[in-house]
Amino acid sequence: MTSSLNLWLIPVLPLAGAAINGFLGKRSSRRAVSTVGLFFAGAAFAWALAVAARVSFPHQPEFVAHWIRSGSFTVDFTLYLDQLSLVMLLVVTGVGFLIHVYSVGYMWDDPSYYRFFAYLNLFMFFMLTLVLAGNYLLMFIGWEGVGLASYLLIGFWFTKDSAASAGKKAFIVNRIGDFGFLIALFLLIKHFGSLNFDQVFQSIAPMQPETVGAGLLTTIGILLMVGACGKSAQIPLYIWLPDAMEGPTPVSALIHAATMVTAGVYMVSRSHVIFERAPSALMVVAIIGTLTAFFAATIGIAQTDIKKVLAYSTVSQLGYMFMACGVGAFSAGIFHLMTHAFFKGLLFLAAGSVIHAVGGEQDMRKMGGLRKKIPWTFWTMTAGTLAIAGIPGLAGFFSKDEILWRAYQASWAYWLVGLVTAFITSFYMFRLWFMTFFGEYRGDAEKTHASASHGAHGSDAHDAHGGHGHGGVHESPRVMLIPLVILAILSVIGGYVGIPGSLGGNNRFDKFLGPVFHASTPADAENAAMGEKGVSEHTTEGPEPETAASTELMFTAISVLAALLGFGLAWLLYYRSPQLPARIAASLAGAYQTVVHKYYVDEFYAALFVKPLIDGSTRILWQGVDRNIIDATVNNAGDAAAHVSDEARHMQSGNIRSYAGWIAVGSAVVIAFMIWMWTQAR
Amino acid sequence: MVTSEYWVLTMSFHLILFLAFGAVCVAGAINLLAQRHPINSALSLIAVMAALAGEYLLLGAEFVAAVQVIVYAGAIMVLFVFIIMLLNAGEEEGTKGSRIALLLGVPGMLTASVLVAWVVLRHSGTESVEIGALPGAPKDIAQLLFHDFLLPFEVTSVLILIAIMGAVVLASKPEASPGRVD
Amino acid sequence: MVASYVPLSYYLLLSGFLFACGVVGFLIKRNIITIFMSIELMLNGVNLSFVAFAAHWHALAGQVFVFFVMVVAAAEAAVGLAIIIAVYRTRETLNVDQVNLLKL
Repeated sequence: MTSSLNLWLIPVLPLAGAAINGFLGKRSSRRAVSTVGLFFAGAAFAWALAVAARVSFPHQPEFVAHWIRSGSFTVDFTLYLDQLSLVMLLVVTGVGFLIHVYSVGYMWDDPSYYRFFAYLNLFMFFMLTLVLAGNYLLMFIGWEGVGLASYLLIGFWFTKDSAASAGKKAFIVNRIGDFGFLIALFLLIKHFGSLNFDQVFQSIAPMQPETVGAGLLTTIGILLMVGACGKSAQIPLYIWLPDAMEGPTPVSALIHAATMVTAGVYMVSRSHVIFERAPSALMVVAIIGTLTAFFAATIGIAQTDIKKVLAYSTVSQLGYMFMACGVGAFSAGIFHLMTHAFFKGLLFLAAGSVIHAVGGEQDMRKMGGLRKKIPWTFWTMTAGTLAIAGIPGLAGFFSKDEILWRAYQASWAYWLVGLVTAFITSFYMFRLWFMTFFGEYRGDAEKTHASASHGAHGSDAHDAHGGHGHGGVHESPRVMLIPLVILAILSVIGGYVGIPGSLGGNNRFDKFLGPVFHASTPADAENAAMGEKGVSEHTTEGPEPETAASTELMFTAISVLAALLGFGLAWLLYYRSPQLPARIAASLAGAYQTVVHKYYVDEFYAALFVKPLIDGSTRILWQGVDRNIIDATVNNAGDAAAHVSDEARHMQSGNIRSYAGWIAVGSAVVIAFMIWMWTQAR
Repeated sequence: MVTSEYWVLTMSFHLILFLAFGAVCVAGAINLLAQRHPINSALSLIAVMAALAGEYLLLGAEFVAAVQVIVYAGAIMVLFVFIIMLLNAGEEEGTKGSRIALLLGVPGMLTASVLVAWVVLRHSGTESVEIGALPGAPKDIAQLLFHDFLLPFEVTSVLILIAIMGAVVLASKPEASPGRVD
Repeated sequence: MVASYVPLSYYLLLSGFLFACGVVGFLIKRNIITIFMSIELMLNGVNLSFVAFAAHWHALAGQVFVFFVMVVAAAEAAVGLAIIIAVYRTRETLNVDQVNLLKL
């Protein structure tokens, strides 16, 4: 128990930065804006480090302010720090700060420089709120807020139609997921009377795992997963992530690789207490994750835009994380989240550097041979590629391997799909690597560089050197390279905290997260009295199972083999015989076209949902209801009044005898009524 | 309940006089409607008023009968006749609408009135009025008028004053220059 | 003299008939003076009704009321005829159908 660590500072510092830059940035110099932005992002990171140094677990939730007090239902602004949120905190603030530094260089020539940093800081505020939240409602605020920041940043160049549409698409698809999340929250409120993590999890802990079929926890779990599908771009709500590449590359790195999209994984891990007692929901999570991983990887092999390849790669890797959570290996999922933040963030930033170097071109077919011209970018990107492919020794290797191993213990099917996906991942990453950096240079950098300011390829036509004179391919400035180097180093060494026992380490990462994930498994609760260590192979998180280390090593070797196979295939097709891919594509024309068009999923959704909605809205709601019913009612009411008065005015004819007639009739009616009343009274 | 025996048994002086005066009233009223020239209508109205005075006498209201003749028939109707003469009122022309109304209205009115009369007679009780029932001497009326109804009496005098002023103003010839307040 | 009775309903019928004639005349006639006379006829019918009831109930107040009705009728006749004269001056007609400027 430590006294308050003033956790609230961590989210609030970037908020202050966002406010200052947002309100005062327009009239400030770029130096001032970048100083403010970097300072507050850096301060958050520094404070997070300080917290990490001083904290001792378990740490009491920190109350910041009152919020909702409604009868017996209370929700307050409480910040919660345990090992899980500490890991997330450090990843978000650390990688976030590095990307802020990178953005100083990358966005230097943009006229809305201040707006970018304001939005970026705003995003940090919301993401940190999400991570540090002590109850589901505050987390939801952060959840929605990062969705908002994502929308603002994707559509940063909002004068471009495609960027504005991409922003809208991201926000709307996210909202569909949020709907599921909200229903889950309502169910939690109804059945447990609270949204605080402590209270909810303590109420749920004694419950037994539900049998197959729909129970309360299964429903909540599936609904939470729906929310995660939206935010973390899983099937069926992944469609917004590739379009989100319309945003500036630092945005893609920060939000759509390292932090925001991982919010779903964090949320599922945080709710592990629920999921461990709902095996059906957990299976849904695993299946969605596995399918998405494979599906997205297959799309990635045919993409020609460098950022799109990385986008599909992100979707695929997120699938891995959900697969891990789905088999109960939550700490493995978080481990992969961390390493992924390092190498995917690195890959995106490096891709931005490449795009900047070739003057805005994003099509890999127009790149090539950049190895010697932009060496720093090349070497850092190599580190990232090796990491994601799972080459032994780098970060991705350890995390991915642990997922595959735990998946195998749940079901060989997960492991097989995961293995094939690893092969495909390695293939398309090295394909990217070869196409970008090797071979002959296929672009026309001289021309595009000179007219860089209005690149037809939209997002990346910015020269970070301002009036930098020379054309041609050139390296990025130091302010962009330093974050690349740091992330590259992290991609290499970041995995060493999680070396599994079979390779001689003691998996410090898993042990670090132990108290979070192992404390309240149903098996533990059941067997605690008997003093037995709870080990259940399929759906509960336990410490690493004590099976033969040799079996694990064998599987590790198989996955390394898959990675190397991918490398080999890419080398063959894109280095040795570059004419082969075209021939293969021609011979498999139908399949190739389907993959290139992303399996026509967007078109399918458009036909199934979007078009009927728009048609229905136009014909039924607009023309039918709004025009013909509502407008018609109002107009006809007015017309009717006019008509009625038109008829009635004939009574005022000025003719005395008609007046007299009316009087006579009226009085006769009254008298008749009076007589009738009189007879009634008798 | 009116029965035939009642009819025969009480055929009396009162009834005969009532019927006589009543016939004059009815005839005068119908004539007022039937005549086209207003002066004829005025004269038949005078006849009606005179007959009504007779009815009042039958009921014992002497003072009222006298006032009826003096004020109503003698002053108001004279005023009417003077106005008819002054304005040179002529005969009414019958329009097409009035001819149709006549064709439809007269039988309609006849049936309606017969119907109403029949219903009333069937359902009337045995209330009856005796000849000369009221104490209608001026002394009795004055008692009431100047004790219980003093206020209305005084108010009516104000009313008459206002009527006089109004009549004078309304009927006076307008001045040559309009807008001049008199 | 032998006390002889006439049913009250006879008097009321007569009164009602006079009133009805007054109403009909008011609706039918086009000459405004004739219309006025129909009003007087109506008032007379009502007077008869008052006196008849007063006789039936031996209440003198009925007659007093008749007195007041007559006073009001006189005042009304005076003012009304003055108005007719004023209207005749401007419209040159006694036909009520032609005094129709107050219309919508």
